[in-house]
Amino acid sequence: MRKRENMDNILLTTRDFSFYYGPVQALKAVTLDIEKFRITALIGPSGCGKSTFLRSLNRMNDIIPGARVEGKVMLEGMDIYGKDVDVVDLRRRVSMVFQKSNPFPKSIFDNVAYGLRIQGEKNRSVLIQRVEESLKDAALWDEVKDRLDQSAMDLSGGQQQRLCIARALAVRPEILLMDEPASALDPIATQKVEELLFQLKKDYTIVIVTHNMQQAARVSDDTAFFYMGELVEFGQTQQVFTDPKLKRTEDYITGRFG
Amino acid sequence: MKIKRRMIEEKAGFGLLRAAAFLIIGVILFLLFDIFSKGSGVLSWEFVSQKPAKGMTAGGIWPAIVGTFWVSLITVLFAVPVGMAAAVYLNEYARQGRLVRIVRLAIRNLSGVPSIVYGLFGFGFFVLSMNLGLSVLSAGLTLGLLTLPWTITASEEALKTVPRSYREGALALGATPWQTIRTNVLPYAVPGMLTGAILGLARAAGETAPILFTGVAFFWPMLPAFPKVLFSQFMALPYHLFIMSTQHHEIAKVRPLAYGTAAVLIALIVLMNFIAVFIRYRFRKKFKRV
Repeated sequence: MRKRENMDNILLTTRDFSFYYGPVQALKAVTLDIEKFRITALIGPSGCGKSTFLRSLNRMNDIIPGARVEGKVMLEGMDIYGKDVDVVDLRRRVSMVFQKSNPFPKSIFDNVAYGLRIQGEKNRSVLIQRVEESLKDAALWDEVKDRLDQSAMDLSGGQQQRLCIARALAVRPEILLMDEPASALDPIATQKVEELLFQLKKDYTIVIVTHNMQQAARVSDDTAFFYMGELVEFGQTQQVFTDPKLKRTEDYITGRFG
Repeated sequence: MKIKRRMIEEKAGFGLLRAAAFLIIGVILFLLFDIFSKGSGVLSWEFVSQKPAKGMTAGGIWPAIVGTFWVSLITVLFAVPVGMAAAVYLNEYARQGRLVRIVRLAIRNLSGVPSIVYGLFGFGFFVLSMNLGLSVLSAGLTLGLLTLPWTITASEEALKTVPRSYREGALALGATPWQTIRTNVLPYAVPGMLTGAILGLARAAGETAPILFTGVAFFWPMLPAFPKVLFSQFMALPYHLFIMSTQHHEIAKVRPLAYGTAAVLIALIVLMNFIAVFIRYRFRKKFKRV
């Protein structure tokens, strides 16, 4: 655990957080802090628990039958697994973009406006404004501004993923969780998403799962290395990649296993 | 010599398989040909638009068509919403445990219950206990129960075709489970649900046993207007066919009328099936793009 100089910058913390799929323990007492306006990369071999960890941060795992948690996840001091927590409200603050882009079979506009509409926003001009802002934030506006009423299914893969990012941004979350958002994209589309992350960092806190070591090194400020459900090493990305404290971390990032 | 034998074996084997597959087409073609050739003599606009006359030895079958329509309407209004709701609960909300397994077992068993048993149940429950009398309502609800297992199963299948990512995507944006289902699951499942409902209805519209004890009449040429029609006895195509071919005092004389009735009934059911196929086709096309 890295010592934080300034606790005020910490937005999300986990304390001895464990996760079980029925009898199988997928996460073992994970403790880490996520700082505001930084990009935290979660890396590790398949099945190491990084995606489970990510999905625990906005309780997307609740849907899975037999799921159980121990320990705490605190969002600005609030235990998100506490009894009084409104999951719907939590997911508005901690939004998620999935590995495979999942636009809804609706128009581009309706996709981006979805989150606002379910919150009850009916004012057309508010919706129009927010859709435009979100698409601009997701660097997609120029490509789609003339065809907002066309189906989102007709966009290219990279555009679809940026649309999903725009859709998540439209609800103005504090944290953006991304589960391998570029793994299904070609290098050019990947580059666009990565550039986008740099822009978004100014306003959002981002946690990203990635299998791509170069990507983690390029885009993230902090890196957490997971192995077999445990958080092995966590620190500033530069330190983790150039001077890892543990041999196992070094072996993984240099490609000796995993 | 050996090669020849192998080829003969091969041909004989595939020939049998092919025959089995074509048998079904043969049966339906024979059935349609038989019915339409024997009934075509009476098929006319008058036949479908007029009341039976002269002790049902002449005239048409209009009241039976109207009766079947009203009963089917009640069946749909009951079975579709209940079937959809049950499917949504089973597929989207219920924790997949013992209770759900029992419910599914019950649904499977219900679909195997003979239709005459539904008729008896409808008589005891709707006609007597609920005091609905022999009526369109009692018969429609009884047929509704009969189609419920089909409606539920078809609706569940339709819900399963909606990708999980639609649900997750909506939930991750802060939608409640009900908002997710209403805005991002049901709209894509409804065509499939309707397809199942129409197929179930097509089955129900041809049933005789369930309406036998619950409201169908031998001769009831004048149906009152809505809403009184709901509490009236009625004529129906399948039952009309049944009496024309077994209960009439001059069976030989009315045989063509019976065939004509059968032709109209089959035409209606085939039409319903076509509508179902059409909806499913459009539905599939829409999903291909996803």
